[in-house]
Amino acid sequence: MSDRIIDKYAVELAADIREGRLSAVEVTTAFLDRIAAVDGTVKAFLHVDREGALATAAEVDAARAAGEELGPLAGVPIAVKDVVVTKGLPTTAASKILEGWIPPYDATIVERLKAAKMPILGKTNLDEFAMGSSTEYSAYQQTANPWDTGRIPGGSGGGSAAAVAAKMAPLAIGTDTGGSIRQPGAVTGTFGGKPTYGSNSRYGLIAFSSSLDTPGPVSRTAVDGALLHEVISGHDPRDSTSIDAPVPPVFEAARLGARGDLSGVKLGVVKEFAEGTDAAEPGVVAAYEAGVEQLVKLGAEIIEVSCPSFTYALPTYYLIAPSEASSNLARYDGVRYGLRTGDDGERGLEEVMSLTREAGFGPEVKRRIILGTYALSAGYVDAFYGKAQKVRTLIKQDFEKAFEQVDALISPTTPFTAFKFGERTGDPYQMYLADLYTIPSNLYGGPGVSVPVGLSEGMPVGLQVMGPVMGDDITYRVAAALETTQEPLLADTAPDIHANVRFTSFSEGGK
Amino acid sequence: MSTISREEVAHLARLARLEVTDDELDAFAGQLDVILESMKTLGEVDTDGVQPTSHAVPLVNVFREDRPQPSLPRDAVLAGGPDTAEDRFRVPRILDEEA
Amino acid sequence: MTKLNTYEAALAAYEPVLGLETHIELDTATKMFCGCATTFGAEPNAQVCPVCLALPGALPVANKAAVEATMKIGLALNCRIAEWTRFARKNYFYPDMPKNFQTSQYEEPLCEDGYVDVVVDGESYRVEIERVHLEEDTGKTLHVGGATGRIHGATESLVDYNRAGIPLVEIVTKPVPGTGALAPEVARAYATELRDIVRSLGVSDVRMEQGSMRCDVNVSLNRPGDEWGTRTETKNVNSLRSVERAVRYEIRRQSALLDSGDKILQETRHFHETTGETSPGRSKEEATDYRYFPEPDLAVMEPSKEWVEALRASLPEPPRKRRERLQADWGLGDKEMQSVVNADAVELIEATIAAGAGASGAVKWWLGELSRRANETGAELGALAITPAQVAELQGMVEDGRLNDKLARQVIDGVLAGEGGPAEVAAARGLEVVSDTGALEAAVDEAIAANPAVAEKIRGGKHAAAGALIGAVMKATKGQADAGTVRQIILDKLS
Ligand SMILES: [Mg+2]
Ligand SMILES: [Zn+2]
Repeated sequence: MSDRIIDKYAVELAADIREGRLSAVEVTTAFLDRIAAVDGTVKAFLHVDREGALATAAEVDAARAAGEELGPLAGVPIAVKDVVVTKGLPTTAASKILEGWIPPYDATIVERLKAAKMPILGKTNLDEFAMGSSTEYSAYQQTANPWDTGRIPGGSGGGSAAAVAAKMAPLAIGTDTGGSIRQPGAVTGTFGGKPTYGSNSRYGLIAFSSSLDTPGPVSRTAVDGALLHEVISGHDPRDSTSIDAPVPPVFEAARLGARGDLSGVKLGVVKEFAEGTDAAEPGVVAAYEAGVEQLVKLGAEIIEVSCPSFTYALPTYYLIAPSEASSNLARYDGVRYGLRTGDDGERGLEEVMSLTREAGFGPEVKRRIILGTYALSAGYVDAFYGKAQKVRTLIKQDFEKAFEQVDALISPTTPFTAFKFGERTGDPYQMYLADLYTIPSNLYGGPGVSVPVGLSEGMPVGLQVMGPVMGDDITYRVAAALETTQEPLLADTAPDIHANVRFTSFSEGGK
Repeated sequence: MSTISREEVAHLARLARLEVTDDELDAFAGQLDVILESMKTLGEVDTDGVQPTSHAVPLVNVFREDRPQPSLPRDAVLAGGPDTAEDRFRVPRILDEEA
Repeated sequence: MTKLNTYEAALAAYEPVLGLETHIELDTATKMFCGCATTFGAEPNAQVCPVCLALPGALPVANKAAVEATMKIGLALNCRIAEWTRFARKNYFYPDMPKNFQTSQYEEPLCEDGYVDVVVDGESYRVEIERVHLEEDTGKTLHVGGATGRIHGATESLVDYNRAGIPLVEIVTKPVPGTGALAPEVARAYATELRDIVRSLGVSDVRMEQGSMRCDVNVSLNRPGDEWGTRTETKNVNSLRSVERAVRYEIRRQSALLDSGDKILQETRHFHETTGETSPGRSKEEATDYRYFPEPDLAVMEPSKEWVEALRASLPEPPRKRRERLQADWGLGDKEMQSVVNADAVELIEATIAAGAGASGAVKWWLGELSRRANETGAELGALAITPAQVAELQGMVEDGRLNDKLARQVIDGVLAGEGGPAEVAAARGLEVVSDTGALEAAVDEAIAANPAVAEKIRGGKHAAAGALIGAVMKATKGQADAGTVRQIILDKLS
């Protein structure tokens, strides 16, 4: 491979550090320099912690010098979506309402990154409170797609995906409520994994929709993603919805897949996805179908399955997520932390709270709060939230029935490739369609990954692999196998963003 | 069929403590209509006798033991507050008692 | 001025229906959903963490001890424990509630359908329990700038979240009809019984004056044979006595309104301890829409049969049974025991006996002198600044002859004034029975000399006349003599 540090995969970097070919400080510095060089263009980061990252890297080097055994990703830097709470580092959820807030605690997954001695490079941009599919709803900046800087990087985790695609970080943390890891992965030509709900702690993940939110890995390869997956996963007693069971062996599964053999693996294609009136763009379909052919060549058997309730996934999601969000976001009231506006000594609390929330939340967040408030308000909760929870059961039953016949389901990750800035912001419903294929897994709770499969008019297309609950390993195996059919790896073919000297989004040691 | 009126949006905004502008009211009313129309398709689904699902793995009886853990240092608690006084969070006068 | 009927007039025309909603703070070591300590009286905001401060990202985990305590309360109130139950979010904005929703229970409470039997005037009443559920308390708000810390007229408020998240059990009765004129007493007896039951379980200190037990009192009136009337809900009722007073006041107020053809507003009212009146609180014009929905951050609860039965087996003797046993042990009649219960003195007497006093002595002090003091100041008996151990000590001093009743009362003055324990007060105030017989004999001689006619009568065998001389001696010794000893000296000298 290339000699540039930033071109290396996380597994290679970890081995280089462990075996003394590179120091962790060298590695971290390389990525920090890359951020300094290209993030002025990409604008993936909301905050960069050069000092903290280098301090962790130095610890790793010292540990190695002292003969200590290093963990699987020790010294490998990582970017964290700014919806995950980091002690002492600004955490905004890309919202004005949290501008300047410095958390006094770490999310469980951040504690695990720290325990794994992974230098945290900084916090990445997202749609405000993770509500969106283009990162255009960030209150701070627009992140560009490294494949075409006039286009969106997907969302909500556009910052994490763009950071990895532009090689500003070998790994990143994303969160997926309706597709926010997988969809940005697809449109930026990177790998994104949404683990089984409950297998990764939500403690310290700023809540959008409690019953759907799932943190997970962003990387360039399935093997890298699997390594990170294993570092952050596992039971957390601080999250009541955390599953107390062994983490599925995703790393082993990814390595197995990387041998390029899928003999005996049965993959289901969902009949209803192909039939919908909102079906995928022709270019996406073509790239996806070429990928399916490759999977067949690797030995997989393709079986058509029917999941009739998937048709209702989108409206079900748009009842559950905003309902929970309207309640989760009630805490941003300008009393204990965050923004307060309008407190002129005359106005009463109620008015000050309303003005604060008006000034602090962007239009998409307000839209969803109002939608959720409507769905929960007097007389509607059974008809809407309650009904949606029942439809969720039907969707789950569709998945379970399918998994009686197949090991995993596959589909395009998104119906369309990265669109141009502003193309869909005027019409929320058009934006929501971006998550058409990813939402069912969130409602079911099972794992799903997106792996680059090809290009459509020069823009990346992702293939989604959906597995059964706690069957994350099969999704990694299939993704890693598909990667073996690409030479070079699609994720490595992104046009290089040329270094330039715009530092507009770059800040050091605090905003 | 319009499912949600401007007035209804205003009421919901009040419930949610959002001071929305007139322009926003108009925009939201229109946009919510489209979304709600899509949601109404759920009405077609027969869910008689179907149990609701809330999580991937239905967990029961998840508890913690009654053992104290350290609280946050008080400086850290108050540091985030937009306005504090006497080690408490200061808020403007509360006009109508609600609770 | 609010128009009021006399209580008798009200009851002649209307029948009251009661309802009580009681919140009890559990005394678990930690809060309901986080590991923060619950120590009373800590510095403001010293017992808060990301969870109970509702920091972004924080998540709740339910306290098992609080769930068990709630089930114990439910079992002690003869409730059915749910086989499947969960928490729900009650959404409304208020600054003392960090998440702007209260984690509570809605359609699936932990315990349902129980009852409590109470006895008033020898008559038994069954108060049916609708539900017992678990929720969390709010923080405390200090209103600044208005008169006497009230919300009205305040210019700003200051919030302390130490109390936010402390487990709170809500106990709701079904409507209680048929109590007639005894409605106020039944309400009080229910609250008392509930408190005693919860206290016997050891899950809360149930102190109304400290707010660890808070009652909301619902009252409606209807004419006999009519449907039940519109109810009001009176909050801020901070003592057992106030429960009774609040019901009585609402009956008088509502009946006057109904008499003049007015409608009762369904509203929240506030009870004023000083005047015994209620005043309107928030109006229900804009009915609050709580947007309840199942709490997605918490797992459902499925108490197993084994778990429930183990808890049931662990329940202590019910207060009612215990009272019957104590009544027999203490040798009290029904009336006397009833007075003990009404005075809320069962535990106090028991503790006094445990500290070494005899039953009759313990009963005598708590029911007599100490009850009188409590009544004078309007305080609860248990709130008096004297401990059962001190009462036992006092009674010991009387039995040893070191104090007589009159001196003992003066010692009580000192103890209540915070001057120390009985022995300390007696020493400091010089309140000891004079046992120096030389000094007493001199005083007797003086009295005989000053009352020759009386002395003559005694010499003539009229021993009853000794009272006058005893009185004179007591006066001369400022009451510090033992009357029996004085009497003996007089009789010895004059026979
Ligand atoms: Mg309550
Ligand atoms: Zn706490």
